[in-house]
Amino acid sequence: MDKVIEIKNLSFTYPDGRQGLKNVDLNVYPGENVAVIGPNGAGKSTLLLHFNGILRGNSTVKICRLPVEEKNLKEIRKKVGLVFQDPEDQLFSLNVFDDVAFGPINMGYAESEVRQRVARALEWVGVDGYEQRSPHHLSVGEKKRIAIATVLSLDPEVLVIDEPTSNLDPRSKWSLIELLKQLPMVKIIATHDLELVRALCGRTVVMDEGKIVADGNTEDILDDITLLKAHGLAH
Amino acid sequence: MKHSFIDEYSDLDSFIHRLDPRTKLIASLAFIVAVVLTPANNWRVFAFYFCIVAVLLILSKLPPLYVLRRSLVIFPFVFLIAVFIPFFKEGEIAGSYNIWLWQISVTYSGLFILANVMVKSWLCILGLILLSSTTRLADLLKGLRQLGVPKVMILILSFMYRYIFVLADEVMRMQRARDSRNFGGSRLHQIRTVGNMAGTLFIRSYERGERIYAAMLARGFDGQVRTLHKLSFRQTDAYFGAVFCLMLIFPCVIWW
Repeated sequence: MDKVIEIKNLSFTYPDGRQGLKNVDLNVYPGENVAVIGPNGAGKSTLLLHFNGILRGNSTVKICRLPVEEKNLKEIRKKVGLVFQDPEDQLFSLNVFDDVAFGPINMGYAESEVRQRVARALEWVGVDGYEQRSPHHLSVGEKKRIAIATVLSLDPEVLVIDEPTSNLDPRSKWSLIELLKQLPMVKIIATHDLELVRALCGRTVVMDEGKIVADGNTEDILDDITLLKAHGLAH
Repeated sequence: MKHSFIDEYSDLDSFIHRLDPRTKLIASLAFIVAVVLTPANNWRVFAFYFCIVAVLLILSKLPPLYVLRRSLVIFPFVFLIAVFIPFFKEGEIAGSYNIWLWQISVTYSGLFILANVMVKSWLCILGLILLSSTTRLADLLKGLRQLGVPKVMILILSFMYRYIFVLADEVMRMQRARDSRNFGGSRLHQIRTVGNMAGTLFIRSYERGERIYAAMLARGFDGQVRTLHKLSFRQTDAYFGAVFCLMLIFPCVIWW
Protein backbone atom coordinates (compact mmCIF):
# COMPACT_ATOMS: atom_id res chain seq x y z
CA MET A 1 0.00 0.00 0.00
CA ASP A 2 1.09 3.57 -0.62
CA LYS A 3 2.43 5.18 2.49
CA VAL A 4 1.01 8.57 3.39
CA ILE A 5 3.97 9.37 5.59
CA GLU A 6 7.32 7.64 5.40
CA ILE A 7 10.05 8.54 7.86
CA LYS A 8 13.29 6.57 7.97
CA ASN A 9 15.94 6.98 10.63
CA LEU A 10 15.21 10.62 11.34
CA SER A 11 17.26 12.55 13.88
CA PHE A 12 17.03 16.20 14.69
CA THR A 13 19.16 18.43 16.90
CA TYR A 14 18.01 21.87 17.96
CA PRO A 15 20.36 24.81 17.35
CA ASP A 16 21.13 24.90 21.09
CA GLY A 17 22.41 21.31 20.96
CA ARG A 18 19.38 19.64 22.49
CA GLN A 19 18.56 16.45 20.66
CA GLY A 20 14.90 16.54 19.66
CA LEU A 21 14.60 13.28 17.75
CA LYS A 22 16.76 10.14 17.64
CA ASN A 23 16.50 7.59 14.84
CA VAL A 24 12.78 7.81 14.37
CA ASP A 25 11.11 5.40 11.94
CA LEU A 26 7.45 5.87 11.20
CA ASN A 27 5.15 4.81 8.37
CA VAL A 28 1.56 5.92 8.22
CA TYR A 29 -0.90 4.31 5.81
CA PRO A 30 -4.15 5.66 4.30
CA GLY A 31 -7.17 5.50 6.57
CA GLU A 32 -5.18 5.38 9.79
CA ASN A 33 -5.68 7.54 12.86
CA VAL A 34 -2.42 7.63 14.77
CA ALA A 35 -1.97 8.93 18.31
CA VAL A 36 1.49 10.09 19.36
CA ILE A 37 1.74 9.97 23.12
CA GLY A 38 4.59 10.51 25.53
CA PRO A 39 5.66 12.64 28.50
CA ASN A 40 6.44 16.35 28.24
CA GLY A 41 9.54 16.98 26.20
CA ALA A 42 9.43 13.56 24.54
CA GLY A 43 9.72 15.11 21.08
CA LYS A 44 6.10 14.81 19.98
CA SER A 45 5.76 18.40 18.77
CA THR A 46 9.21 18.27 17.21
CA LEU A 47 8.14 15.22 15.22
CA LEU A 48 4.94 16.93 14.08
CA LEU A 49 6.89 19.91 12.79
CA HIS A 50 8.75 17.54 10.46
CA PHE A 51 5.57 16.44 8.72
CA ASN A 52 5.33 19.63 6.70
CA GLY A 53 8.90 20.77 6.62
CA ILE A 54 8.84 23.52 9.25
CA LEU A 55 11.75 21.60 10.76
CA ARG A 56 13.99 19.41 8.68
CA GLY A 57 16.25 16.77 10.17
CA ASN A 58 19.06 14.71 8.72
CA SER A 59 17.08 12.24 6.66
CA THR A 60 14.26 12.46 4.23
CA VAL A 61 10.68 12.52 5.24
CA LYS A 62 8.31 11.55 2.44
CA ILE A 63 4.73 12.75 2.33
CA CYS A 64 2.61 10.91 -0.22
CA ARG A 65 5.89 9.86 -1.88
CA LEU A 66 7.04 13.49 -2.14
CA PRO A 67 10.32 14.10 -0.31
CA VAL A 68 10.17 17.12 2.00
CA GLU A 69 12.41 19.52 0.10
CA GLU A 70 12.33 23.22 -0.66
CA LYS A 71 10.73 22.74 -4.06
CA ASN A 72 7.95 20.48 -2.76
CA LEU A 73 7.09 22.53 0.30
CA LYS A 74 4.05 24.23 -1.17
CA GLU A 75 2.57 20.96 -2.40
CA ILE A 76 3.31 19.27 0.94
CA ARG A 77 1.76 22.06 2.98
CA LYS A 78 -1.35 21.67 0.90
CA LYS A 79 -1.45 17.95 1.72
CA VAL A 80 -0.55 18.18 5.39
CA GLY A 81 -2.68 20.41 7.59
CA LEU A 82 -0.82 21.20 10.80
CA VAL A 83 -2.80 22.61 13.73
CA PHE A 84 -0.75 24.11 16.53
CA GLN A 85 -1.51 23.65 20.20
CA ASP A 86 -2.33 27.24 21.11
CA PRO A 87 -5.13 28.60 18.92
CA GLU A 88 -3.89 32.12 19.73
CA ASP A 89 -0.90 31.27 17.54
CA GLN A 90 -2.94 29.60 14.84
CA LEU A 91 -5.48 32.43 14.58
CA PHE A 92 -3.46 35.53 13.77
CA SER A 93 -5.90 37.52 11.64
CA LEU A 94 -8.40 40.14 12.72
CA ASN A 95 -11.42 38.03 11.81
CA VAL A 96 -12.29 34.40 11.34
CA PHE A 97 -12.79 34.69 7.60
CA ASP A 98 -9.29 36.04 6.96
CA ASP A 99 -7.78 33.27 9.06
CA VAL A 100 -9.58 30.43 7.35
CA ALA A 101 -8.96 32.02 3.95
CA PHE A 102 -5.24 32.53 4.64
CA GLY A 103 -4.17 29.07 3.41
CA PRO A 104 -6.33 28.99 0.26
CA ILE A 105 -5.26 32.54 -0.69
CA ASN A 106 -1.60 31.58 -0.30
CA MET A 107 -2.19 28.58 -2.52
CA GLY A 108 -3.41 30.97 -5.18
CA TYR A 109 -7.01 29.86 -5.54
CA ALA A 110 -9.47 32.22 -7.21
CA GLU A 111 -11.71 34.36 -5.03
CA SER A 112 -14.90 32.32 -5.55
CA GLU A 113 -13.02 29.10 -4.78
CA VAL A 114 -11.56 30.67 -1.62
CA ARG A 115 -15.00 31.74 -0.40
CA GLN A 116 -16.43 28.31 -1.11
CA ARG A 117 -13.60 26.60 0.80
CA VAL A 118 -13.97 28.92 3.79
CA ALA A 119 -17.71 28.35 3.95
CA ARG A 120 -17.26 24.59 3.71
CA ALA A 121 -14.51 24.45 6.34
CA LEU A 122 -16.52 26.53 8.81
CA GLU A 123 -19.59 24.39 8.23
CA TRP A 124 -17.49 21.27 8.75
CA VAL A 125 -16.40 22.35 12.21
CA GLY A 126 -19.88 23.64 13.04
CA VAL A 127 -19.24 27.39 13.33
CA ASP A 128 -20.77 28.68 10.09
CA GLY A 129 -21.78 32.30 10.34
CA TYR A 130 -18.69 33.26 12.37
CA GLU A 131 -16.87 34.83 9.41
CA GLN A 132 -16.71 38.38 10.73
CA ARG A 133 -16.06 37.58 14.40
CA SER A 134 -12.75 38.55 15.88
CA PRO A 135 -10.75 35.70 17.47
CA HIS A 136 -10.62 37.57 20.74
CA HIS A 137 -14.36 37.20 21.18
CA LEU A 138 -14.43 33.41 20.86
CA SER A 139 -14.47 30.71 23.52
CA VAL A 140 -11.55 28.29 23.76
CA GLY A 141 -13.66 25.52 22.21
CA GLU A 142 -14.63 27.73 19.28
CA LYS A 143 -11.02 28.81 18.80
CA LYS A 144 -9.91 25.16 18.67
CA ARG A 145 -12.57 24.38 16.07
CA ILE A 146 -11.67 27.37 13.95
CA ALA A 147 -8.00 26.52 14.24
CA ILE A 148 -8.88 23.16 12.66
CA ALA A 149 -10.99 24.92 10.02
CA THR A 150 -7.97 27.02 9.02
CA VAL A 151 -6.30 23.89 7.67
CA LEU A 152 -9.45 22.06 6.53
CA SER A 153 -9.93 24.87 4.03
CA LEU A 154 -6.88 23.46 2.22
CA ASP A 155 -8.48 20.01 1.89
CA PRO A 156 -5.49 18.24 3.40
CA GLU A 157 -4.90 14.51 3.04
CA VAL A 158 -3.32 14.39 6.48
CA LEU A 159 -4.52 16.31 9.51
CA VAL A 160 -1.78 16.76 12.12
CA ILE A 161 -2.99 18.16 15.44
CA ASP A 162 -0.97 19.05 18.52
CA GLU A 163 -2.95 18.63 21.76
CA PRO A 164 -6.44 19.19 20.37
CA THR A 165 -8.17 18.79 23.74
CA SER A 166 -5.86 20.79 26.03
CA ASN A 167 -7.68 23.49 28.04
CA LEU A 168 -11.10 22.18 27.04
CA ASP A 169 -13.88 21.30 29.47
CA PRO A 170 -15.24 17.74 29.13
CA ARG A 171 -18.26 18.78 27.08
CA SER A 172 -16.27 20.79 24.54
CA LYS A 173 -13.69 18.02 24.51
CA TRP A 174 -16.16 15.30 23.61
CA SER A 175 -17.86 17.43 21.00
CA LEU A 176 -14.44 18.09 19.47
CA ILE A 177 -13.70 14.35 19.46
CA GLU A 178 -17.03 13.74 17.69
CA LEU A 179 -16.06 16.38 15.15
CA LEU A 180 -12.66 14.76 14.54
CA LYS A 181 -14.35 11.38 14.07
CA GLN A 182 -16.42 12.84 11.23
CA LEU A 183 -13.36 14.01 9.31
CA PRO A 184 -12.35 11.47 6.67
CA MET A 185 -8.63 12.20 6.25
CA VAL A 186 -5.65 10.51 7.94
CA LYS A 187 -5.15 12.01 11.40
CA ILE A 188 -2.02 12.20 13.49
CA ILE A 189 -2.64 13.51 16.98
CA ALA A 190 -0.07 14.34 19.62
CA THR A 191 -1.66 14.32 23.05
CA HIS A 192 -1.58 13.44 26.73
CA ASP A 193 -5.28 12.74 26.72
CA LEU A 194 -5.63 8.94 26.77
CA GLU A 195 -9.44 9.15 26.61
CA LEU A 196 -9.09 10.93 23.31
CA VAL A 197 -6.63 8.28 22.10
CA ARG A 198 -8.98 5.45 22.98
CA ALA A 199 -11.97 7.14 21.38
CA LEU A 200 -10.35 8.18 18.15
CA CYS A 201 -7.14 6.38 17.23
CA GLY A 202 -6.66 2.80 16.17
CA ARG A 203 -2.91 2.99 16.38
CA THR A 204 -0.69 4.51 19.05
CA VAL A 205 2.95 5.51 18.97
CA VAL A 206 4.71 6.07 22.30
CA MET A 207 7.65 8.47 22.35
CA ASP A 208 10.15 9.20 25.07
CA GLU A 209 13.40 11.18 24.95
CA GLY A 210 13.15 11.69 21.21
CA LYS A 211 12.74 8.00 20.38
CA ILE A 212 9.79 5.88 19.43
CA VAL A 213 9.59 3.29 22.20
CA ALA A 214 6.40 1.51 21.20
CA ASP A 215 4.15 1.42 18.16
CA GLY A 216 1.04 -0.67 17.80
CA ASN A 217 -2.62 -1.24 18.36
CA THR A 218 -4.11 1.35 20.76
CA GLU A 219 -5.87 -1.21 22.94
CA ASP A 220 -2.69 -3.22 23.42
CA ILE A 221 -0.59 -0.20 24.29
CA LEU A 222 -3.06 1.48 26.62
CA ASP A 223 -3.58 -1.81 28.47
CA ASP A 224 0.16 -2.30 28.96
CA ILE A 225 0.41 -0.53 32.32
CA THR A 226 4.11 -1.31 32.76
CA LEU A 227 4.90 0.40 29.47
CA LEU A 228 2.79 3.44 30.35
CA LYS A 229 4.35 3.68 33.80
CA ALA A 230 7.86 3.43 32.40
CA HIS A 231 7.24 6.46 30.22
CA GLY A 232 5.35 8.66 32.61
CA LEU A 233 1.93 8.10 31.08
CA ALA A 234 0.36 6.41 34.10
CA HIS A 235 1.13 6.47 37.78
CA MET B 1 -10.89 38.87 29.55
CA LYS B 2 -12.82 41.95 28.50
CA HIS B 3 -10.99 44.83 26.91
CA SER B 4 -12.30 47.96 25.33
CA PHE B 5 -11.93 47.84 21.61
CA ILE B 6 -11.32 50.88 19.49
CA ASP B 7 -13.85 49.61 16.97
CA GLU B 8 -16.39 48.75 19.64
CA TYR B 9 -19.53 49.87 17.79
CA SER B 10 -18.36 48.99 14.29
CA ASP B 11 -20.93 46.19 14.09
CA LEU B 12 -23.88 48.60 14.10
CA ASP B 13 -25.59 49.20 10.83
CA SER B 14 -26.07 52.72 9.52
CA PHE B 15 -25.54 54.84 6.46
CA ILE B 16 -22.10 55.81 7.78
CA HIS B 17 -21.14 52.21 8.61
CA ARG B 18 -21.93 51.12 5.08
CA LEU B 19 -19.68 53.69 3.40
CA ASP B 20 -16.45 52.43 1.86
CA PRO B 21 -13.57 52.65 4.38
CA ARG B 22 -11.55 54.66 1.90
CA THR B 23 -14.28 57.30 1.64
CA LYS B 24 -14.31 57.60 5.40
CA LEU B 25 -10.51 57.70 5.67
CA ILE B 26 -10.17 60.49 3.14
CA ALA B 27 -13.13 62.41 4.56
CA SER B 28 -11.66 62.19 8.08
CA LEU B 29 -8.29 63.38 6.86
CA ALA B 30 -9.90 66.27 4.96
CA PHE B 31 -11.91 67.18 8.02
CA ILE B 32 -8.83 67.28 10.26
CA VAL B 33 -6.91 69.38 7.76
CA ALA B 34 -9.83 71.79 7.46
CA VAL B 35 -10.18 72.12 11.24
CA VAL B 36 -6.47 72.65 11.78
CA LEU B 37 -6.16 75.24 9.00
CA THR B 38 -9.11 77.33 10.18
CA PRO B 39 -7.82 80.60 11.69
CA ALA B 40 -8.23 80.82 15.44
CA ASN B 41 -10.77 83.64 15.62
CA ASN B 42 -13.37 82.07 13.33
CA TRP B 43 -15.66 80.69 15.98
CA ARG B 44 -18.57 80.43 13.61
CA VAL B 45 -16.57 78.06 11.40
CA PHE B 46 -15.78 75.83 14.36
CA ALA B 47 -19.42 75.81 15.34
CA PHE B 48 -20.32 74.86 11.79
CA TYR B 49 -17.76 72.03 11.73
CA PHE B 50 -19.08 70.83 15.05
CA CYS B 51 -22.55 70.69 13.54
CA ILE B 52 -21.24 68.55 10.67
CA VAL B 53 -19.66 66.04 13.05
CA ALA B 54 -22.70 66.07 15.29
CA VAL B 55 -25.04 65.32 12.38
CA LEU B 56 -22.80 62.49 11.20
CA LEU B 57 -22.56 61.09 14.71
CA ILE B 58 -26.34 61.10 14.97
CA LEU B 59 -26.63 59.44 11.57
CA SER B 60 -24.14 56.77 12.67
CA LYS B 61 -26.37 55.75 15.63
CA LEU B 62 -23.41 55.71 18.04
CA PRO B 63 -24.46 56.18 21.68
CA PRO B 64 -23.80 59.92 22.37
CA LEU B 65 -22.54 59.30 25.91
CA TYR B 66 -19.99 56.80 24.65
CA VAL B 67 -18.70 59.29 22.09
CA LEU B 68 -18.50 62.04 24.69
CA ARG B 69 -16.63 59.88 27.19
CA ARG B 70 -14.21 58.69 24.56
CA SER B 71 -13.56 62.19 23.29
CA LEU B 72 -12.59 63.41 26.77
CA VAL B 73 -9.57 61.13 26.72
CA ILE B 74 -7.74 63.61 24.51
CA PHE B 75 -7.90 66.53 26.98
CA PRO B 76 -5.21 65.53 29.47
CA PHE B 77 -2.70 65.17 26.63
CA VAL B 78 -3.56 68.44 24.95
CA PHE B 79 -3.78 70.22 28.27
CA LEU B 80 -0.30 69.07 29.30
CA ILE B 81 1.16 70.39 26.09
CA ALA B 82 -0.79 73.63 25.86
CA VAL B 83 -1.20 74.63 29.51
CA PHE B 84 1.84 76.93 29.51
CA ILE B 85 0.78 78.99 26.54
CA PRO B 86 -1.31 81.52 28.59
CA PHE B 87 1.74 82.23 30.77
CA PHE B 88 4.20 82.88 28.00
CA LYS B 89 2.13 84.55 25.33
CA GLU B 90 2.53 88.32 25.39
CA GLY B 91 -0.44 90.64 25.29
CA GLU B 92 -3.11 92.16 27.46
CA ILE B 93 -2.82 90.84 31.00
CA ALA B 94 -5.84 88.94 32.25
CA GLY B 95 -4.53 88.26 35.71
CA SER B 96 -1.27 88.57 37.56
CA TYR B 97 -0.17 86.55 40.56
CA ASN B 98 2.74 86.77 42.92
CA ILE B 99 3.96 83.41 44.01
CA TRP B 100 6.90 83.81 46.39
CA LEU B 101 9.62 85.34 44.20
CA TRP B 102 7.98 84.98 40.84
CA GLN B 103 5.44 87.14 39.24
CA ILE B 104 3.22 85.16 36.92
CA SER B 105 0.80 86.75 34.53
CA VAL B 106 -1.79 85.26 32.26
CA THR B 107 -2.68 87.00 29.03
CA TYR B 108 -5.99 87.07 27.17
CA SER B 109 -4.43 86.08 23.88
CA GLY B 110 -2.72 83.15 25.59
CA LEU B 111 -5.99 81.93 27.04
CA PHE B 112 -7.58 82.39 23.66
CA ILE B 113 -4.98 80.16 22.00
CA LEU B 114 -5.35 77.55 24.73
CA ALA B 115 -9.10 77.41 24.22
CA ASN B 116 -8.57 77.27 20.51
CA VAL B 117 -6.15 74.33 20.73
CA MET B 118 -8.64 72.51 22.93
CA VAL B 119 -11.52 73.07 20.54
CA LYS B 120 -9.52 72.04 17.50
CA SER B 121 -8.25 68.84 19.09
CA TRP B 122 -11.70 68.00 20.38
CA LEU B 123 -13.20 68.39 16.90
CA CYS B 124 -10.43 66.23 15.43
CA ILE B 125 -10.88 63.49 18.00
CA LEU B 126 -14.63 63.49 17.36
CA GLY B 127 -13.90 62.95 13.68
CA LEU B 128 -11.55 60.08 14.50
CA ILE B 129 -14.01 58.46 16.88
CA LEU B 130 -16.60 58.64 14.13
CA LEU B 131 -14.17 56.92 11.77
CA SER B 132 -12.93 54.22 14.13
CA SER B 133 -16.33 53.40 15.63
CA THR B 134 -18.06 52.97 12.31
CA THR B 135 -15.40 50.93 10.51
CA ARG B 136 -14.09 47.51 11.49
CA LEU B 137 -10.36 47.64 11.97
CA ALA B 138 -9.89 44.87 9.39
CA ASP B 139 -11.78 47.00 6.83
CA LEU B 140 -9.92 50.14 7.83
CA LEU B 141 -6.61 48.37 7.22
CA LYS B 142 -7.88 47.06 3.90
CA GLY B 143 -8.83 50.62 2.98
CA LEU B 144 -5.40 51.91 3.98
CA ARG B 145 -3.82 49.15 1.91
CA GLN B 146 -5.80 50.11 -1.16
CA LEU B 147 -4.90 53.74 -0.61
CA GLY B 148 -1.27 52.71 -1.01
CA VAL B 149 0.05 52.15 2.52
CA PRO B 150 2.81 49.48 2.29
CA LYS B 151 1.77 45.89 2.99
CA VAL B 152 4.34 45.48 5.74
CA MET B 153 2.85 48.39 7.68
CA ILE B 154 -0.61 46.91 7.34
CA LEU B 155 0.65 43.53 8.53
CA ILE B 156 2.35 45.09 11.55
CA LEU B 157 -0.76 47.07 12.47
CA SER B 158 -2.95 44.03 12.07
CA PHE B 159 -0.71 41.83 14.24
CA MET B 160 -0.47 44.60 16.79
CA TYR B 161 -4.21 44.86 17.08
CA ARG B 162 -4.66 41.10 17.14
CA TYR B 163 -2.10 40.43 19.86
CA ILE B 164 -2.16 43.51 22.06
CA PHE B 165 -5.04 42.00 24.04
CA VAL B 166 -3.34 38.61 24.25
CA LEU B 167 -0.30 40.38 25.70
CA ALA B 168 -2.46 42.43 28.05
CA ASP B 169 -3.97 39.19 29.35
CA GLU B 170 -0.51 37.76 29.81
CA VAL B 171 0.59 40.80 31.82
CA MET B 172 -2.54 40.54 33.93
CA ARG B 173 -1.85 36.88 34.69
CA MET B 174 1.77 37.66 35.59
CA GLN B 175 0.64 40.41 37.93
CA ARG B 176 -1.77 38.06 39.62
CA ALA B 177 0.91 35.43 40.06
CA ARG B 178 3.19 38.08 41.51
CA ASP B 179 0.56 39.49 43.87
CA SER B 180 -0.44 36.06 45.12
CA ARG B 181 3.16 35.48 46.15
CA ASN B 182 3.12 38.65 48.23
CA PHE B 183 4.96 41.14 46.16
CA GLY B 184 6.56 43.45 48.66
CA GLY B 185 9.97 44.13 50.12
CA SER B 186 12.23 47.04 49.40
CA ARG B 187 11.69 49.50 46.62
CA LEU B 188 14.76 48.23 44.77
CA HIS B 189 13.42 44.70 44.96
CA GLN B 190 10.08 45.80 43.55
CA ILE B 191 11.69 47.56 40.64
CA ARG B 192 13.77 44.50 39.92
CA THR B 193 10.65 42.32 39.86
CA VAL B 194 8.93 44.63 37.41
CA GLY B 195 12.04 44.56 35.25
CA ASN B 196 12.04 40.78 35.26
CA MET B 197 8.40 40.76 34.26
CA ALA B 198 9.10 43.06 31.34
CA GLY B 199 11.95 40.80 30.25
CA THR B 200 9.82 37.67 30.54
CA LEU B 201 7.07 39.33 28.58
CA PHE B 202 9.52 40.25 25.86
CA ILE B 203 10.86 36.69 25.60
CA ARG B 204 7.36 35.21 25.58
CA SER B 205 6.26 37.59 22.85
CA TYR B 206 9.33 36.70 20.84
CA GLU B 207 8.59 33.00 21.17
CA ARG B 208 4.95 33.58 20.31
CA GLY B 209 6.09 35.43 17.23
CA GLU B 210 8.09 32.38 16.17
CA ARG B 211 5.12 30.07 16.72
CA ILE B 212 2.84 32.37 14.74
CA TYR B 213 5.36 32.45 11.93
CA ALA B 214 5.46 28.62 11.96
CA ALA B 215 1.66 28.56 11.82
CA MET B 216 1.78 30.93 8.84
CA LEU B 217 4.40 28.81 7.08
CA ALA B 218 2.30 25.70 7.69
CA ARG B 219 -0.46 27.29 5.65
CA GLY B 220 1.71 28.14 2.72
CA PHE B 221 2.98 31.62 3.66
CA ASP B 222 5.99 32.49 1.51
CA GLY B 223 6.60 36.11 2.44
CA GLN B 224 3.98 37.44 0.02
CA VAL B 225 1.00 39.06 1.66
CA ARG B 226 -2.08 38.28 -0.38
CA THR B 227 -5.61 39.49 0.22
CA LEU B 228 -8.93 39.21 -1.50
CA HIS B 229 -9.91 42.58 -2.91
CA LYS B 230 -13.49 43.23 -2.21
CA LEU B 231 -13.79 46.94 -1.42
CA SER B 232 -15.75 48.83 -3.98
CA PHE B 233 -16.89 52.41 -4.23
CA ARG B 234 -20.60 52.82 -4.66
CA GLN B 235 -22.70 55.74 -5.72
CA THR B 236 -23.44 56.70 -2.12
CA ASP B 237 -19.68 57.03 -1.57
CA ALA B 238 -19.43 59.52 -4.39
CA TYR B 239 -22.44 61.51 -3.14
CA PHE B 240 -21.20 61.50 0.41
CA GLY B 241 -17.69 62.55 -0.61
CA ALA B 242 -18.98 65.40 -2.75
CA VAL B 243 -21.44 66.72 -0.17
CA PHE B 244 -18.90 66.40 2.63
CA CYS B 245 -16.23 68.36 0.74
CA LEU B 246 -18.73 71.07 -0.14
CA MET B 247 -19.69 71.34 3.52
CA LEU B 248 -16.03 71.70 4.50
CA ILE B 249 -15.47 74.49 2.01
CA PHE B 250 -18.80 76.20 2.62
CA PRO B 251 -17.82 78.26 5.71
CA CYS B 252 -14.67 79.54 4.02
CA VAL B 253 -16.73 80.90 1.19
CA ILE B 254 -19.38 82.71 3.20
CA TRP B 255 -17.40 83.95 6.21
CA TRP B 256 -14.18 85.10 4.65
